[in-house]
Amino acid sequence: MEYRIERIDRGIKARCEDIYALLSLKEIAYLVFPRFFPVFAILIIPLLRSVIGEYWEKVFFLTCNLAILSISLELLLSIGLISLGQALFFGAGAYFSAIFNNYMHLPVALSIIAASVCGGIFCSILIFPASRLRGIYFTIITLCLPLFLFRIIEVTKILGGTQGISLSPIGNYYLEMYIPSVFMLTFLFGIRRLMGTDCGIIIRAIKDNEFSVMASGINVYAYKFAVILISATIGSFSGAYTAHFYQFVGMSVFSLDYSIIPLTCVLLGGSSTFGGSVLGAFLIVPVSEALRIFGTLRIVIYSAFLILVLLLLPEGIFHYIQRKYHKIERWKRI
Amino acid sequence: MLLLIIYGIINSSIILLQTIGFGLTFSISGIPNLSYGALYILGGILSWTFLKHGFPLWLSILLSCAVVASSGFFIYWIFLYRIRGAVLLEVIVSFALGIAIIEFLRWKGFVTYEFSLPALLKGSTELFGIPVDFQRILIVLSSFFLIILLYLFSHYTKLGLALRGVAQNEQTALSVGINSDLVSSVSMMIGSGICAFSASLILPLGIISMETAYDVLLVSICVSVVGGLGSILGMLLASLIFGFIKTAISIYLSSKWMMLIYFISILFVLMIRPSGLFGKLKQIEERI
Repeated sequence: MEYRIERIDRGIKARCEDIYALLSLKEIAYLVFPRFFPVFAILIIPLLRSVIGEYWEKVFFLTCNLAILSISLELLLSIGLISLGQALFFGAGAYFSAIFNNYMHLPVALSIIAASVCGGIFCSILIFPASRLRGIYFTIITLCLPLFLFRIIEVTKILGGTQGISLSPIGNYYLEMYIPSVFMLTFLFGIRRLMGTDCGIIIRAIKDNEFSVMASGINVYAYKFAVILISATIGSFSGAYTAHFYQFVGMSVFSLDYSIIPLTCVLLGGSSTFGGSVLGAFLIVPVSEALRIFGTLRIVIYSAFLILVLLLLPEGIFHYIQRKYHKIERWKRI
Repeated sequence: MLLLIIYGIINSSIILLQTIGFGLTFSISGIPNLSYGALYILGGILSWTFLKHGFPLWLSILLSCAVVASSGFFIYWIFLYRIRGAVLLEVIVSFALGIAIIEFLRWKGFVTYEFSLPALLKGSTELFGIPVDFQRILIVLSSFFLIILLYLFSHYTKLGLALRGVAQNEQTALSVGINSDLVSSVSMMIGSGICAFSASLILPLGIISMETAYDVLLVSICVSVVGGLGSILGMLLASLIFGFIKTAISIYLSSKWMMLIYFISILFVLMIRPSGLFGKLKQIEERI
């Protein structure tokens, strides 16, 4: 009896990466497992409240919010705008929710929604003029904007100044845990869907060559504005929700952390597939929390780890796992 | 008024000395070396360490310049060489490297008040009735001579000409036999060396603190952007402008406002004239 090696995905992929010919339940399972398992895991974690403990609940919450922020960053990257200023979106959302909740006394749900929308519009107005710049110039502007707002609040003492503003809590445990995780999954699959439509093709084309898209008679700036608006709204949502979770907004929402962590998530996970940024967030945030036992040395370890991964695996972990998953083989009788 | 002019010139020289290494590296090799602030602090702390081990001050400054310059050289060959061309990776790797250095120094405990460098020249004098200490005069003189030295180096030596060749067009420089990787690493080396030198001169004016690293980095980015990335003349002009604004603000307002001025000027310059005051770099391409 003779055997030969066969790659599992050969029979399933019909013409390209996206079109499949499924013949059995096994093949469906092969295809569905990598999509279904993470969703299942993310939805089950909040139920394990007694197992993971209060500290890791907070870490899970933070991870989901940073994953949302990373998705918003990756949307910007996919149109070719390299942003170093996710803290702008995050901070704008947080401060708007403080304005709506503390100064105008809106209820929590309304304040989060209003803060996401207002934060999105505010950030788009700030960033859109800079979207005519490309490459490192846009990056420098986005790096400076949150630091600039930080200094404005520090010097002029508006919006609580260095003291910060307190907000009313969300209250319900399941709402606290499930809304970020469900929204994260919605944004993830929604934007993946968006990138598959004609609109997504144009967005990717703008990244590759802006001039040729312009030459096709497409208004590039309308697309850029739409992408910035969506991305800023998503980012502001994460900021507003986090602000209500901690019941506090301070100047630290504009700090460099919220710009750098999403970027590292995207780079570590692998860009251009939105799953990569979520995977990156779920790797980085828990690891950096676990490294807290090393004290201040933690940032050194963290940076060294990051540099190593970026140098050795520049494509990102998601692409690496994806490649390996497609290469799974089995013995087949001839 | 006289106070404004004299201290304006001094502050301009300080800013120029702090930022010229960053601008030089960027203009030649196109590497945004975001670990610049960390190398600056590293230079100061190395000088302090050598001094503590009994070396004379001038020798410890030279040694720290040499160590930081060679670390710049190795940073290029170990890290940046592998990711040349990918701007995002260059930014992230150099930034992460900078943070790693800063946090390592913080962890080693270089944060207390005892870490201050002595001045090379002690004492002070009066210029037109305004007291100025010798260290500040030394800074003005040395930044002046540094500019002249850099000009002579880049126009009359073979290596300097190669540096300018790569800065103008890397492909053409490659085709006439210039090793562009070697030249880029040399530009990193010179930038880092100048950075350590300026740290050893400027840090005696205050104490060594880790926040200086971020400030130096931000000021460097700001001056290079406003002056035009890749133009030494533009950097000279921008640091003159900022030096005088800084002096005026610290005389008439509080110096807290200075950072705001930096950010506002970056935003305005990039929106109105993205190539900076003197940059001729692809003005049409960067802004359609």
